[in-house]
Formats: sequence, C-alpha cells, structure tokens
Amino acid sequence: MQADPSSYAPLAASASAAVRDRYDGVAIALHWLLALLLTATFCVGLVMTDLSLTPARLKLYNWHKWAGVTILVLSVLRLTWRLSHRPPPLPVAVEAAMSPLRKTIFASTHRLLYVLFLAVPLAGWAYTSAAGYPVVWFGVLPLPDFVPVDKVLADALRLLHVACAFTLAAMVLLHVLATFKHQLVDRDGLMWRMWPSPRRRQAR
Amino acid sequence: MTKARIAIVVSGLLIGGLAPALAAPPHAVLLTQESRIGFVTKQMGVPVEGQFRKFEAQIALDAKRPDGGSVAMQIDTGSATLGAPQADAELPTAAWFDVAHHPRASFQSESIRHLGGGKLEVTGTLTIKGRARPLVVPVTIAPGEGMKSVASGSFTVQRLEFRIGDGDWSDVSMVADAVQVRFRLTLTGLAAP
Repeated sequence: MQADPSSYAPLAASASAAVRDRYDGVAIALHWLLALLLTATFCVGLVMTDLSLTPARLKLYNWHKWAGVTILVLSVLRLTWRLSHRPPPLPVAVEAAMSPLRKTIFASTHRLLYVLFLAVPLAGWAYTSAAGYPVVWFGVLPLPDFVPVDKVLADALRLLHVACAFTLAAMVLLHVLATFKHQLVDRDGLMWRMWPSPRRRQAR
Repeated sequence: MTKARIAIVVSGLLIGGLAPALAAPPHAVLLTQESRIGFVTKQMGVPVEGQFRKFEAQIALDAKRPDGGSVAMQIDTGSATLGAPQADAELPTAAWFDVAHHPRASFQSESIRHLGGGKLEVTGTLTIKGRARPLVVPVTIAPGEGMKSVASGSFTVQRLEFRIGDGDWSDVSMVADAVQVRFRLTLTGLAAP
C-alpha cells in the first residue's frame, strides 16, 4: 500500500494524529526485522542447550551466534537511527490518558529494550570467547575476542547472557501486551504507527 | 610361558643388550610433563584447540648424525581433550577415536633427514584407529633449559583418512577434514644437531 495521505478519511484531530504520525520507513523496517530475529534467536537459544552433541547442535549454536552478532550490528544501526530521527510524538489523546506512572513505564521499557538489544549479544559474544570458542561470523569473518579464555569468567558471562536474555524476553512480552491493550482495550490505533503499511483507522 | 614367548623375550634381551655395543644412536628421554601434543580442528570455521594428555616416545638420535636415528611415539587416544566436558565425552566413542578398540595411536619413523640449522625432516608412518598412513614431520630442535632440548613442529592430517569423526560427523562443512597437530616435546640426552 502506498503512503498517500490523501487516502485517509477525514478523522478527528487526535485520531488522525495516531494514524498519520508514523515512524519512518527505516525505523519500521528495523523494528520488524529485529522482532523476527530476536524471537527466532531466543527460541534457538532455548532449544539448543538441551541437545546432545550432534551436528544439529553445532549448527544451531553457530546460527544462534551469527544471528546474535547480526542483531548487535542492526541494533547499533537502529539506536543510531533512533537518536538521529525523532520518533513521532504520542498522540495527544493517548498521552492525556496516560498516568505519570505509565509514562515512566513506557519510557523506561523502551530504554531498557535498547540496553538489552546490545547487552544480550555482547554478553553472549564475551561468553563464547571466554569459553574458548571464538565467533566466526557466518563461518567467514573471525571476530576478535575481547575477554581471555577463562572458565570462571565464562560461567559468569553465561549467567549474565541468560539473565539479560530472559529480561529482554519479559520486556518484549510487556511491550506486546501493552500493544494489545492499546489496540483492543483503548482502541486508539497506536499500533498503526509501527505497522509496516499505513492503514485507515478502524471505525468504532 | 611358551617356548615361542621365551624365544621372543630372549631375543629382545639380546637385541636390547647388543644395541649399545653396535654403536647405536644415544637414547633421548621424553619429559612428558614438559611436553605437549595439541591439535586444532575447525568447527564451522571456528578453530577449536585440543590436546592429548598422555603419550610416550622412544627416541634414539645422534645429534651429530641424525640420519641414523629413529623416533617412535605412542599416544593414548583416550587422553584426548577439547576442554569441554560434553565434547570430551564424545571423543572416545566409536565415531571418533574408538578408544575401546584402538586405545593408542602411534608414529614410527623410517628415515630422518638433517636439513641443517636445527631442522630435521622425519618420515614415517602414522597409525590411528588401525589405519596407517605415511607422514612427513618437520621438526625444529632448539636448546632448552639446562641440558634439555625442545623439539617442536606441526603437521596436518586429514581426519577422514583415519575415519575420525565417522558417520554424522563426516560432513566436512561441520568439522573440517584438515586437523593441524602441533607438538612441543622436551627431551634430555639430546644435544641440538
């Protein structure tokens, strides 16, 4: 669908803001690409550790690491984009309906998400380096080890990686639940700001 | 004891006793605690280091005239480690070293060439999992602490020639066929050539 403002039906000021003030194309593309990558990589991470030592396990571990480094690179790009391109402000009606506590939760969840986008892959990279298995990105590009090979350090970094990953999963869950709440309970169309294609606001 | 066994033991004693009298090369002693035999495999492009913890050697080498010497080594395949418990549990299995049937790998030299500058070229036979293959090993001998000498070098073996990592693991895109072996052996009774 084309992003053609003339295709919008005339709407109330607050509602039209919710529809028209969308994230830009790059932000939307990175959001959904990372949503997919993060979910898949998290699921692979959950499954792979329980497998016995087979070629399948080795493949999953390496794919998990390659995906993790890809997430790290894309997240750095995304953070750079986010800091240099102001996101659309919350629609006036939505902002007016939020309590100060919910505003704080809204802002801090997004900040924490960005911190974890970087922290989870960094901790994983450090963990595998400390365990003596350096990352070779897509089997081609050897990445540097920024920690020494050390068993005790590796155990600590594994815990950090897992703890950060589960915190990230919890934050993502909270983020998704909040989206559902806005979409299904408040029916404020907030989700369309990040939807891959612009939509007409649903009639109430 | 059977007669045949007695004959073997007696001839062994005779050969052992006669060898020095025939001006055989002096014997060097391998200090296993100060020696290392490591290997590097590539798993999906990732270099992973391992080592053999237990091995021994019989080395008869005249530093002045290495050509007449001989080197024999035996390596306990069950002592192989990659440093990760899960991997170490796999290495002794039939697909990998099959320790139950082939507890030892061995190398026996056939000729030693002196290349000068402390360098030797040892040609011989490497046997792993009952499969023997010819092997040429470049060795550099350097003086170590005190009266010790250090023999070091590296060579590459193709693991599938010895069926190491058989079956599911024979896919070389998972574990590369080429395995680099690196050794650093500390010896006494051997002057640098």
